[in-house]
Amino acid sequence: MISEVIDNEQVELLLNDVLETHGYDFLEYSHASIKRRITRLYALDSFVSFAEFRYTVKTDKQYFKRFLEEITVNVTEMFRDPSFYKALRNDVLPVLGTYPFIRIWVAGCSTGEEAFSLAILLKELNLLNKSLIYATDINPSVLEKAKKGMFPLNYLKQYSENYLQSGGTKDFSTYYTANYSLAKFDESLSSKMIFSTHNLVSDHSFNEFQLILCRNVLIYFDKDLQHKVFNLFDNSIENLGYLALGSKESLDFWPKAKGYKRIKQEKIWRKL
Amino acid sequence: MEKTVNKTSCTALIIGGSAGSLDVLLEIFPQLSQNLNFPIILVVHRKASNESLLTDLIRNRTSLLVSEAEEKELLKAGKVFIAPADYHMLIEEDHSISLDYSEKINYSRPSIDVTFQSAAEVFKSGLVCILLSGSNADGVEGLKSVNNFGGRVVIQNPNTAIMPYMPQQAVLQVQPHEVVDGHDMATYINKLNN
Repeated sequence: MISEVIDNEQVELLLNDVLETHGYDFLEYSHASIKRRITRLYALDSFVSFAEFRYTVKTDKQYFKRFLEEITVNVTEMFRDPSFYKALRNDVLPVLGTYPFIRIWVAGCSTGEEAFSLAILLKELNLLNKSLIYATDINPSVLEKAKKGMFPLNYLKQYSENYLQSGGTKDFSTYYTANYSLAKFDESLSSKMIFSTHNLVSDHSFNEFQLILCRNVLIYFDKDLQHKVFNLFDNSIENLGYLALGSKESLDFWPKAKGYKRIKQEKIWRKL
Repeated sequence: MEKTVNKTSCTALIIGGSAGSLDVLLEIFPQLSQNLNFPIILVVHRKASNESLLTDLIRNRTSLLVSEAEEKELLKAGKVFIAPADYHMLIEEDHSISLDYSEKINYSRPSIDVTFQSAAEVFKSGLVCILLSGSNADGVEGLKSVNNFGGRVVIQNPNTAIMPYMPQQAVLQVQPHEVVDGHDMATYINKLNN
């Protein structure tokens, strides 16, 4: 919990190492947040000195996997912000339902809870069979978890409440089977998902989508990087497609925001 | 217990509170001077679903500008910034706000520790942090950082707190500059305005 053990210069040294040695660019991440993640990991793994920490991150490939997983925030939830999912259910997905084929990108999908929430909505609207959900993340190990579609059982009560609040009417437990401490979600849901690594900082557009979900990812980026990512999304959304952000994120200060129209009260924009 | 109050002026004030702190906050805000020359940041534990309720309650009791903090927003003197429910709030070197949806700290998001710690490094001796009523120890570690970076630590007198545990832990573990009764908190804050 001590936050003063690593100073700003050391953070910069470490992040430069990570870029040079491993090719991951965190230099345009929000500084206070990334510094807190680094300090937290340093304390958690009880390194005796910053030099040792730096050396390990630089040279130990196994440890770097852990570093990547811990430095990025992978906290997520099913049906987080129920009113958002209600808007998807009532206002966005029915419009997409008029297309012959629906392509959705969940950018920064972490362990997959949002992708599975979305798949449940699509299934209930009878759209899942003509949909494809591309779920990407910078972090290969969270994708491995996401592919399995297994979430800790003790969260399911909360998820079920979220689901009902978002306008769901089914018995939520019909979507999973309890397996010891995990809930394994129906494979019909994941059959329409493609998981792949994608780094929003350095990778390019790889397809065109009618809906991009990128929620609570951009809060970790500085303004310039946010704008770069918005440009990447802009290149990846069809005309009249939708972009959905987290509840505290906004398109407002991006120069091309005029080409997008906000949907109701939610953080959903439609490309004009 | 009390250290001599140094005369460094306040550049930012953060108030952290949990259970039982709302009463104090609702008493403080109507009494605050209208032209404070520092920003006030509020970090209050509450349920994720009570989105704008706290903001509305505070807004109705002061003529200061009150808003739920937006990410990348710049802190401004005379304005009240409320850490949004279910996000941690951090302060950047350029005095802008970063939000963070990482793991809960002390079962809390927003965590008072997180905001205290990040602001301690940025504002150093210009920071004043007040810890109010509450029933867990969130904020205590943060106050230690504030002390280390030369900021001012102010704790609500536990005897005046509805839930004394949080201020009690702070008084036990951190050297406070000041222990202030709930009823006197507004006067204390107004005096920071120099």
